[in-house]
Amino acid sequence: MATVASSKSITVTVNGTTYEREVPARKLLIHFLRDDLDLTGSHIGCDTGNCGACSVIVDGTLVKSCMMLAVQADGATIETVEGLAEDGELNELQRSFNEHHALQCGYCTPGMLMSATALLRANPSPSEQEIRKALQGNICRCTGYWNIIEAVKAVAK
Amino acid sequence: MLLREVEYVKPSSVAEAIELLVENEGARALAGGQTLINVMKARAASPDALVDLNGLEELKGIDLAPDGTLTIGAMTTYSEIVASAEAKARPILGEVCAQIADVQVRNRGTIGGNICSNDPTNHLPPLVTAVGARMTILGRDGERVVSAEEFFLGVYMTAVGPGELLTRVTIPAGKGDGFAAVTLGVDGTCIANAAASIQDGSLRVALGCVDAVPVLLRPESADADAVREAVRAAGLEPPSDVHASSEYRRHLAEVLAVRAAAQAAERAGG
Ligand SMILES: Cc1cc2nc3c(=O)[nH]c(=O)nc-3n(C[C@H](O)[C@H](O)[C@H](O)COP(=O)(O)OP(=O)(O)OC[C@H]3O[C@@H](n4cnc5c(N)ncnc54)[C@H](O)[C@@H]3O)c2cc1C
Ligand code: FES
Ligand code: FES
Repeated sequence: MATVASSKSITVTVNGTTYEREVPARKLLIHFLRDDLDLTGSHIGCDTGNCGACSVIVDGTLVKSCMMLAVQADGATIETVEGLAEDGELNELQRSFNEHHALQCGYCTPGMLMSATALLRANPSPSEQEIRKALQGNICRCTGYWNIIEAVKAVAK
Repeated sequence: MLLREVEYVKPSSVAEAIELLVENEGARALAGGQTLINVMKARAASPDALVDLNGLEELKGIDLAPDGTLTIGAMTTYSEIVASAEAKARPILGEVCAQIADVQVRNRGTIGGNICSNDPTNHLPPLVTAVGARMTILGRDGERVVSAEEFFLGVYMTAVGPGELLTRVTIPAGKGDGFAAVTLGVDGTCIANAAASIQDGSLRVALGCVDAVPVLLRPESADADAVREAVRAAGLEPPSDVHASSEYRRHLAEVLAVRAAAQAAERAGG
């Protein structure tokens, strides 16, 4: 029978780099990314699953990393905002956020980018309605959303 | 937030999961975590150990039998139900799952977790009640199958006992279904909701957010007056909170029951 334990050794691949770490069962994935791996791009806005600032892609699926334990990510491939840039240059979606003034304080931006990335992968030509629905789990307190939607629309094929 | 100290285990079969729950008093099943992790952050519950059901293929999947019966594994996510061709046999399921919160929550949250948590504001308890779903509960001594009326016992309380798991939800064939809700923002938390279903000519309406468990009514017809009458006769005393007074919720229950029943009648006829 599998053993019940208060910590576990996990192996995860984040943005192409594989890490092996011992983590306590009570550690949330967002804390593992930020505190253990020093990947502080993913933010904690609410810590209740409402704001989406902590959104990352785990094995191809968009999730809120404050709503999952780090030990649950054992064996997973994780993508965070730090992995979006290509050869040190902002990718097309990131540039579009910049060009469309889709951020002000920038706190929500990493989560917005990951949600938009997941959307565009599943549906490269989303309608405005589909973009709105896909970003529903991400709260922005600054922009009023308008320019964020414009930025995503601009990279939709 | 740092959770209270907790132990974790990932079983490789359902039988092993049951053994772990039986052997470790104070252990809880972890499904999508989209309620449980928050409950643990708030210290509203502090399980000693979590038995992770993720990865148990036996609890996943949607099967459509030739007679139209749908069997949905407890660990099937809302996103999987929305995307499933089989689940379209009963379109209301995907339609309601698509209204739950947002992409991220739908990608993790499960049908089993939704009904096992039986939060009175959740979307699925009234829905499974209206469509006459049957829940299969597995324990060390075997399986039993219960109706929705027997399944929901109280706020956060169901017929799933200690050392037991909900394994699947079985939904009979049908298409005469309806759902209506008033929510906090689009696809937000329900202030009140109602699900309706017409099966062999008889109507079932289940009201959410107005009591500890879904309130099942059997109006004589889907006629607005008959439905209103049935809701009034139920003598509801809904809770009051910052979003709605008890009186307003009672009013919404009537309005939403009428809407859900009308949708069910339209689809049953078509
Ligand atoms: C921001 C946000 C908004 C939300 N809005 C809504 C909403 O509008 N409507 C709605 O319906 N829900 C909403 N939810 C809740 C969400 O749907 C949860 O997914 C659901 O309530 C619980 O399902 P889960 O799979 O995540 O279960 P978990 O959180 O993992 O588990 C919940 C409980 O059920 C038990 N359990 C789970 N599966 C089983 C099983 N197979 N057998 C026995 N016990 C089991 C667990 O032990 C636990 O006690 C929201 C959640 C968030 C974070
Ligand atoms: S910090 Fe995770 S959703 Fe807000
Ligand atoms: S830019 Fe400030 S929260 Fe979105």
